[in-house]
Amino acid sequence: MKIPGLIKSVVIIWAAWYGIVYLFTDLLGAPIPASVMKMYMFFIIIGVFMAFTADEETAEEIFGPFRRLLFDRSHRVLRSIVFIVIPPLVFMVTYEITRPTLDAPVELRAVHPAPPSSFMAFGKSFNMLTLENPYRSLERGKPDKFREAVNEGRTVYYTNCFFCHGDKLEGKGHFVKGFNNPAPANFREVGAIGQLQESFLFWRIAVGGPGLPNEGAPWASPMPVWKDFLTEDQIWKVILFLYDYTGHRPRTFGK
Amino acid sequence: MNRTGQILATAIFLSTITAGVAFSADGDYQTYMGFSSRNIIWFVAQTHLYFGAFVLGVPIFAVIMEYAGYRRGVLQLDDLAYEFTGLLSVAFAFTSALGGLFLFALVYLYPTFFSYMQGAFTETMLLYALLFFGETFTLYIYYYGWRRFSSTTKWPTWSKYSGYAIGGVFAVTALLFFLGVIGDQPYLTGEVRAFVAALLLLAGGSFLLLTNNKGMHIWFGVWLNIFGTLIMMVANSWASYMMSPTGFNPDTGVFTGSVMEAFFNPLLVPLGVHRILGNIAFGGFLAGAYAAVRFIGAETDKERAHYDWMGYTANLVGVAGLIPLPFAGYYLGREVYSHSAVMGANMMGGDFSFTFILQALLVGSIFLIACYYLWTGMTRIPGAERYRGWVKYLNSFILIGFAIWVTPHNMPLGGAEVSAMGGSQYHPTLKYLGLMPAKNAVVNLIIISTFISFLLYRRANMKGVSSIVKQGATARFGILLATLFSFLIVGQYAIYLLALDPQELNLTSGKVTYILPVAWLLLATCVMFAVTAYLSLIDKGNLGQYLLMGWIIISVVVFPGYFGFIVMEKANPFLRNIAVAQFLQLIGAIILVSVIDLFLYAKSESTGSIRWGRIPLRSQYALLTLCILVTLTMGLMGYVRSGLRTDWHIYGVMRDISVDSATPTNFDMTLMVSVTTLVFLFAIAIIFWLSSIAKKG
Repeated sequence: MKIPGLIKSVVIIWAAWYGIVYLFTDLLGAPIPASVMKMYMFFIIIGVFMAFTADEETAEEIFGPFRRLLFDRSHRVLRSIVFIVIPPLVFMVTYEITRPTLDAPVELRAVHPAPPSSFMAFGKSFNMLTLENPYRSLERGKPDKFREAVNEGRTVYYTNCFFCHGDKLEGKGHFVKGFNNPAPANFREVGAIGQLQESFLFWRIAVGGPGLPNEGAPWASPMPVWKDFLTEDQIWKVILFLYDYTGHRPRTFGK
Repeated sequence: MNRTGQILATAIFLSTITAGVAFSADGDYQTYMGFSSRNIIWFVAQTHLYFGAFVLGVPIFAVIMEYAGYRRGVLQLDDLAYEFTGLLSVAFAFTSALGGLFLFALVYLYPTFFSYMQGAFTETMLLYALLFFGETFTLYIYYYGWRRFSSTTKWPTWSKYSGYAIGGVFAVTALLFFLGVIGDQPYLTGEVRAFVAALLLLAGGSFLLLTNNKGMHIWFGVWLNIFGTLIMMVANSWASYMMSPTGFNPDTGVFTGSVMEAFFNPLLVPLGVHRILGNIAFGGFLAGAYAAVRFIGAETDKERAHYDWMGYTANLVGVAGLIPLPFAGYYLGREVYSHSAVMGANMMGGDFSFTFILQALLVGSIFLIACYYLWTGMTRIPGAERYRGWVKYLNSFILIGFAIWVTPHNMPLGGAEVSAMGGSQYHPTLKYLGLMPAKNAVVNLIIISTFISFLLYRRANMKGVSSIVKQGATARFGILLATLFSFLIVGQYAIYLLALDPQELNLTSGKVTYILPVAWLLLATCVMFAVTAYLSLIDKGNLGQYLLMGWIIISVVVFPGYFGFIVMEKANPFLRNIAVAQFLQLIGAIILVSVIDLFLYAKSESTGSIRWGRIPLRSQYALLTLCILVTLTMGLMGYVRSGLRTDWHIYGVMRDISVDSATPTNFDMTLMVSVTTLVFLFAIAIIFWLSSIAKKG
């Protein structure tokens, strides 16, 4: 028996929805965020519509039932039922979407907040357009000195940073349970510090949570303002350590 | 400027002058009747750019059509080119009027900023005005001289050789300039030289057309495009200078350099390349919308057939411009990052990151709908039923690619969702889809699926393949030339990577282990090119095409989609080279497969002619949607490009201290982009209407 196109398309859409939920919730163990699910379902519905309407025969299987429902005299009773049922249905869905809940609203937090083009720290202005790690050149020129600087950075890290960012730099330090949102950064993550220039890290560490830009508010980062506790050298050295330990390379762009 | 344009320009000019009394002086900034100055400039500049893209894109489209019609002797293509050029006349007037309005608005609202720009760019501003004479002259002679210069009667032989001589001079100049023999200024970088050389070659090549009246007419069309490109590049230099200024004193911000230094600023060429390709796509999709409007309103089958064919051709041009566009965008983005890491971080990871999700939504939709148009178009081709089964797979590939492309790295999350993920903004699985290796892989997958859709459409009414062996030297030469070209573009990069010192990328020498696999992959692709060419030459072209496309899916989608993550973790600076490798392999494969296809089906038996006009109406709405989407995309990305400067008029030189200096919210941005799109489309509808009146007249 041939399954009508309209039913087939609805089944495909439902199966896709169920499959995604099952995949993420049951197999992968982390539910898919609603905002992403909405986007995926949008594509799936559009895709199914396109696949079914690409040729006349299957298009008719999709449009035909609607046309008959709307215009066929023999469907008067069904039409009336549909017209009576749809408005309350729309009302219920709208109510569900818009009713206030206790959950915090959806927030789009920029993980890499926009740095300013210059900022003040240690009594001077740093130009982010040209700022470079003064110890980076040692890596090639004087490897021993470089290793020394990395080791000093290691000490800085384990004296100050590891309580939150963890002893393996994976963002799971002793205090992590105290921070729900945002969690301390996982430096080993692909796409974290490997995406950034050292100047960005310098700014981010120096100004901490309170120094984050207004555009991305509300920031809830408990990161201390490290320029009040560390020296400029210590910050540069701890940055060397972060890259050295994780194996990431700072982002650079040559001309 | 024609009568309509004159009236419009006068009205806008008078209203601006009259309203001038409402200005209130406030030092560096002025306001106008309480409106936000930034919004006024934004609105006018964006609308001007839409029209600018239209008047630059359509001539490219028209000249290609006219030339194809001339070479192949297809009058229909010539008529199509003429019909579109007719739209230009009115659009040109709108563009000029809006350009004038933009200039007045800038002078009045941002006097200090304008004064700085004027100081740095005086000569180019005058040149800009002068180039308009060139464009106006070539446009009008191109349009009004269409019938006058239609004869194909050969001119005397000496004229042909004169054309060759002039073309030769241009070609030699281009070569010398490209090789660096001419000009040794530091701002003449490799990309500047390549761009200028390409323009010189185009100009020189146009002289080869001067063999009869029709050739001369096309020559005017080519020069219309050259003037248009020059005008665009001059205006681009101002916009790109604002992002990547050069030649100023870093302490005082005072411009001390030469105008050439300012003109050839680092982002000039990347922006120019991106805009040229964008204009082609924009012109194509706008032309498609025109055809769709005409198709929907057509009263006879003949009209329907004509506009159906026109819509198809326009869509083809639109997609041809669209396919390389993501790579040109990547190139521009990369150069933005090179110039300023702060702008780069803001672009993809900071304030503007969500605009790129919106961009993916729009561009993905454009690819998908362009393919949908082709799929529905197959219903009018006898024999296309054979390929109907492919649609659902191609559709799935595009959708999967699309879904991955739009998956953000950091997700918009509710409070409960953040808690469920342990306070992290990154989803444990989906976070990988938000990174560049995944994005680059799926963009290539989408392009491959679109390309396959085109191949299937092309073959829809062709049965059996022709023997390439029997087609003689032309076919063999064509295939070998395409192979050589593909070989060259991929091979040279393989050699470059084999010789690349990791230290050039600030990587330790041990990291060469991440570079070599990509180099070997490129060499393997070169071998595949050779195998494909060989198979074609022994009449197994289909097998060669399948093998090559299969390999390309592995080498530009599967392998980089996996290996890219390893490189990102261990040798991140090399990641950008992988993107280049993907692009070159894909372009090489597309060229070779297309050329083979051309000969393979050159003499195939037809399963029936295309029933032009017998296409479902929804396909025409697809064309209209494409036009809307491409306009929205242009508005969105225009905002991103300009917005990246954040609170600087000229990045790092002149700070924006006006009340409008803050970066607008995404809500404000979508509102402005939507309004400008609506206004532009409304104006375009008027242009279509005006052209229909002219036609009836």
